[in-house]
Amino acid sequence: MENLQEATKTDNLILAPRKKRWLMSPSADKAFHTLTKSLALFLFTLVIALVASMIYNSRLSLSRFGLSFVFSSTWDPVKELFGALPFVYGTLVSSITALIIAIPISLGVAIFLTEECPYKLRPIVLTLVELLAAIPSVAYGLWGIFVLVPFMRNYINPVLEKGLGFLPLFKGPSYGIGLLTSGMILAVMIVPIITAISVNSLNSVLPSQREAALALGATRWEATQIVLLNARSGIIGGIILGLGRALGETMAVTMVIGNRPEISLSLLAPSYTMASVIANEFTEATYDLYLHALIEIAILLFIITFIVQAFAQLLIRQISKGKKS
Amino acid sequence: MLVKNRNMENTSLESKEVKEVKEVKESKENKEEAKNLKVEVEAENLNFFYGEKQALYSINLKIPEKSVTAFIGPSGCGKSTFLRTLNRMNDIIVSARVEGKILLNNQNIYAPNVDVVDLRRRVGMVFQKSTPFPKSIFDNIVYGIKINKLANSRTELQQMVEQALKQAALWDEVKDRLNDSALALSGGQQQRLCIARTLAVMPEVILMDEPCSALDPIATEKIEELIVELREKYTVIIVTHNMQQASRVSDYTAFFLLGQLIEFDETEKIFTYPKEKKTEDYITGRFG
Ligand SMILES: Nc1ncnc2c1ncn2[C@@H]1O[C@H](COP(=O)(O)OP(=O)(O)OP(=O)(O)O)[C@@H](O)[C@H]1O
Ligand SMILES: [Mg+2]
Repeated sequence: MENLQEATKTDNLILAPRKKRWLMSPSADKAFHTLTKSLALFLFTLVIALVASMIYNSRLSLSRFGLSFVFSSTWDPVKELFGALPFVYGTLVSSITALIIAIPISLGVAIFLTEECPYKLRPIVLTLVELLAAIPSVAYGLWGIFVLVPFMRNYINPVLEKGLGFLPLFKGPSYGIGLLTSGMILAVMIVPIITAISVNSLNSVLPSQREAALALGATRWEATQIVLLNARSGIIGGIILGLGRALGETMAVTMVIGNRPEISLSLLAPSYTMASVIANEFTEATYDLYLHALIEIAILLFIITFIVQAFAQLLIRQISKGKKS
Repeated sequence: MLVKNRNMENTSLESKEVKEVKEVKESKENKEEAKNLKVEVEAENLNFFYGEKQALYSINLKIPEKSVTAFIGPSGCGKSTFLRTLNRMNDIIVSARVEGKILLNNQNIYAPNVDVVDLRRRVGMVFQKSTPFPKSIFDNIVYGIKINKLANSRTELQQMVEQALKQAALWDEVKDRLNDSALALSGGQQQRLCIARTLAVMPEVILMDEPCSALDPIATEKIEELIVELREKYTVIIVTHNMQQASRVSDYTAFFLLGQLIEFDETEKIFTYPKEKKTEDYITGRFG
């Protein structure tokens, strides 16, 4: 009996004229449209407002130094001279160093996780890797100061100096802090991101791709190359995400890079990054021009990150072009 | 069309009687021929397990060289499993276990000293869903040639690519766009590309697992024509759910049921006078 009643009830609901349900009415459609549109507009306005206020609040530095701000390597608050080049250099070099260290490690871990690792261990290892991404960057910084810096100073850097010291890239003296150390700490921080995304894209490659390669007489590694080829746009996406994180990372880097606004070709030398200088000197900026110069650096960081992202989008689109027929 | 081609000799305007006599004579000849034919692929008491679960039960089978053999049977009966034991593709499944022998030219491919990589080159495989690599058409064919180091020079490589594409009846359609992505080809063209890629590494046996099940009738017809031609040079084994396809393209048919090989014989016999009741039931559509 009850069932029957219920059934007729739902029947009625289905047969009920549409206007009774407001959510299905054209006016609801319109309201929804307006809502989502205004939310999108709001976000857009927010970005514009942000950029506008940053430009406004860096106007003194912008008008005083113009383009030379980007190309000057003097950063001397006492003489009121500001040039951002050392920070741009430090940011780019530490991030690229991080990528060079992190990419092979991440790919190795990802390939191991998707191919070699016993099935039961896979989720455990993956969770461990992802856990690395959850550690706050101050903790990485502390670890950097107390463990990584002495380790680099005592073991790695002397070896590099001795073996490769003839290259300007590894010229001494080294204090443990510097570009290479911050690159390494950044690498530890971005390995989980790149690994997790690579694992995802490797797992989504059809098994038949590997089998097809094997069926042609491919060795295991040759078949893996085909799998990597299939996953490449996803992997590149992961790398770009990692690069984005490295470019903007502040805390951990500032604790190990030495915070010296100098450009040195050597990876063992101390340096400074854009994000670090903003965080460190914001409270010390005692006059307006100083403050404005720091905000201009923020604009530069924004532009560089934007360029990297745009470039990445282009690259990924280029790669996946062939996939659509 | 295909059927016509293959029975060309029988379709002349002979009287019924003459034809019958001739057919009897022919089938006798066939039998004698079959005895003399070199056996290319042979299964000896083959058992196969996925972990605890047995998927194949003591399969014994002799497939002659330069013939087309169809594997038929209801879904889940082990056709793909058996096909994949023939190039040891099942090796990559962790829980898989094989007992018994598969002989390729009288050599047990499960013997300990067998080079599996080279075995897989000799026994090519075409999959149900086409598997072009995300490379250009040209590079798809080149891949197999390169990894097996079959070409000595750039010109030789190009010749081999052209020859493979011609053999797979794809050359005319793609010769002007060899550098386009293979993923931009139609489904049927992709499948022929995969066949060409397989042919390029000069296999002896070609395994096909439902190669037409994702294709429209015209693309299917093209692949079927191709299979019939391949018989001249290769031993072809094809899994199919399509009875007409099996009768159109194959010389021999093996009927599988629940992991067992129920019957293996010349296709004509299987489809006209099957020895086993189960085969007859399946072919006439009484189950499956
Ligand atoms: N990787 C696997 N692990 C465990 N069992 C499997 C695996 N692959 C197949 N099986 C099982 O083995 C049996 C035979 O499967 P197989 O794929 O060989 O059948 P098939 O005849 O090819 O079927 P279909 O016509 O649907 O392709 C089925 O019961 C299937 O569930
Ligand atoms: Mg199957």
